[in-house]
Amino acid sequence: MSNNFITRTWNWIDNRIGFTDYIVPLMVHLVPSNARWWYIFGSATLCAFIVQVVTGISLAMSYVPGGEDTYQSLKYITDIAPLGSLVRGMHYYGASAMVMLAVIHMVQVFMHATYKYPREMNWMSGVVLLFVVLGMAFTGQLLRWDANGVWSVTVAAEMAGRTPIIGPTLAHFILGGETVGGSTITRFFAMHVFIMPALIFAGIGLHMLLIFRHGISEMPDVKEPVDPDTYKEAYEKRIKKTGVPFWPVAMWRDVLFSTLIVGVIMACSIFLGPPALDPPPNPSSINANPLPDWYFLWYFAVLSMLPPQLETWVILGVPTIGFIVLFFLPLISNKGHRAPSKRPWAGGTVIFVSMAFIVLTIYGYKKPWSPDFGVKQLPASIVGTDHGPLAEGAKLMHIKGCLYCHDIGGYGGHRGPELTEIGKLLTRDDIIIRINNGGHNMPAFASSMSSVELNLIVDFLLTRGVTPDEDVPKNPTQ
Amino acid sequence: MNNQNDQSEKPCCQQPRRTFLTRLSIGLSAVIGFVITLPAIGFVLAPVFKKPKAKWRSVGKLEDFKVDGFVLVQYEDPSPVAWAGVTAKAGAWIRRASETEFIAFSINCRHLGCPVRWVDDPKLFMCPCHGGVYYEDGTVAAGPPPEPLERLSVRINKGMVEIQTIPTPLTLTTLT
Repeated sequence: MSNNFITRTWNWIDNRIGFTDYIVPLMVHLVPSNARWWYIFGSATLCAFIVQVVTGISLAMSYVPGGEDTYQSLKYITDIAPLGSLVRGMHYYGASAMVMLAVIHMVQVFMHATYKYPREMNWMSGVVLLFVVLGMAFTGQLLRWDANGVWSVTVAAEMAGRTPIIGPTLAHFILGGETVGGSTITRFFAMHVFIMPALIFAGIGLHMLLIFRHGISEMPDVKEPVDPDTYKEAYEKRIKKTGVPFWPVAMWRDVLFSTLIVGVIMACSIFLGPPALDPPPNPSSINANPLPDWYFLWYFAVLSMLPPQLETWVILGVPTIGFIVLFFLPLISNKGHRAPSKRPWAGGTVIFVSMAFIVLTIYGYKKPWSPDFGVKQLPASIVGTDHGPLAEGAKLMHIKGCLYCHDIGGYGGHRGPELTEIGKLLTRDDIIIRINNGGHNMPAFASSMSSVELNLIVDFLLTRGVTPDEDVPKNPTQ
Repeated sequence: MNNQNDQSEKPCCQQPRRTFLTRLSIGLSAVIGFVITLPAIGFVLAPVFKKPKAKWRSVGKLEDFKVDGFVLVQYEDPSPVAWAGVTAKAGAWIRRASETEFIAFSINCRHLGCPVRWVDDPKLFMCPCHGGVYYEDGTVAAGPPPEPLERLSVRINKGMVEIQTIPTPLTLTTLT
């Protein structure tokens, strides 16, 4: 009786909404039987997006997008609200998962050349989705409206400001005025919560529609290069013969992997917690150390190493050219081999880009180009004595800021050359000229250092790398 | 009347009518879209074109500034919104060069806008982001900044030191 009632109720609903007519055929559409674990990344990205939607809506219930109150609401969510820290953590790690999975999905599609005929638009919609996801990641970092958020948005406006002709207009559009202020965060909130999610929903809809229209691609086969004249017919024939229904034969892998992803997001949220908040978003405070989230550290590193004449063009060119190249890739090559073994350049590109990403990210994290403001004074064990002129010279190295940029025996920054062995490499005159005149990206200190201070520093430096037996300056102070 | 209906249902008359209705629908849809989006776009873009007037903001009493190195001061930006709170503040490095002369710079590095720090002993401004360094006169000493620090106007008014507000300094690209 009860079962009958449920069945009748469901049949009534099904008759009205057409679940069996429209949704079931999509669920059980045939997919290649050999796809197996390779094709789990797209659905996992979607799962991460669902995590973001659910946690994002929850956070929006307490988040106040307005000036100083934003910071207070973030403190409330993190420190006071029941489960607030967990939800904020899930949103943060969910964002990382989504970026990571979207990129892995794209690399897999690129390596298998799934973007070739007839799935060019699948790839193009995916590229747009990837860039919107990166936009979500960036705006999301700014919604963590602390000192880092304020300075990150300033950097974004400065970068946009480099655009020829319309630069200031773009920068002021980003800031919501001519300076960072109360109007800035509300703009990013609107972009992050309304505009970009709407684009992602639309993009996912189109992406899914195209997947159903063209079918899931098979694993690449060296013997079957893509020929647009015959591909569709041959694919239909093969899929009817060897395909398996997506639900449940293929989908269980997607569900299993998505479960793992959600588990990792939850574990990170519980055990690592959400990212700590910096000091309040005060644009007049200099006690900030602006650093992007991990997915943009590579770009942060690139901007630090460029020659000035190239900088503007790289700032504007990397995102623009990156998008154009990726977006139009299928139009450049939409037929021929799909197998990675026949496409060595594709493999080489992925390896090169991956290595560059890893190296630049590590470099961006260490940021050796930045002065080390927190460096401690050189200890006696490094100086060799705790009194006398050498100790004074070592102390001056700290006072005058030399150690902000130069490392001696493991103490100091890495912006300039290490000076641990400098006594072996340069003469007294060389060092004096270098300190007084600067050069090679070093400021001149002639106007900020007395001759006594200079001599004490030089005497100390000439002992670096020189053993006590030969501890005689090459050109001692007269 | 019946005659007219018969006429319009003939194949020869249906096409122009359908063409007209198609164009009417597309045209009206465009009008609806235009009417809806124009105020919205105007509202969103308004801050871009609204140029707030520079204002003089007090940063302290004249006697509080000694002839010495730079000190950090904060002031309110020229057009704060009611809910801005601490985000309406702006910062500057200011130095009393003599009894009557003040020198002030925006705290924004001219590379990408990060806050520069004044380091007193070497008499340098240093940027924590990408390692830009400036001398005490604001000129570039090292690193990637393409331009000197932005100088701010300072005046003494009724015993108070005042700074003139400026937009966030942008490094522009000119096509020449």
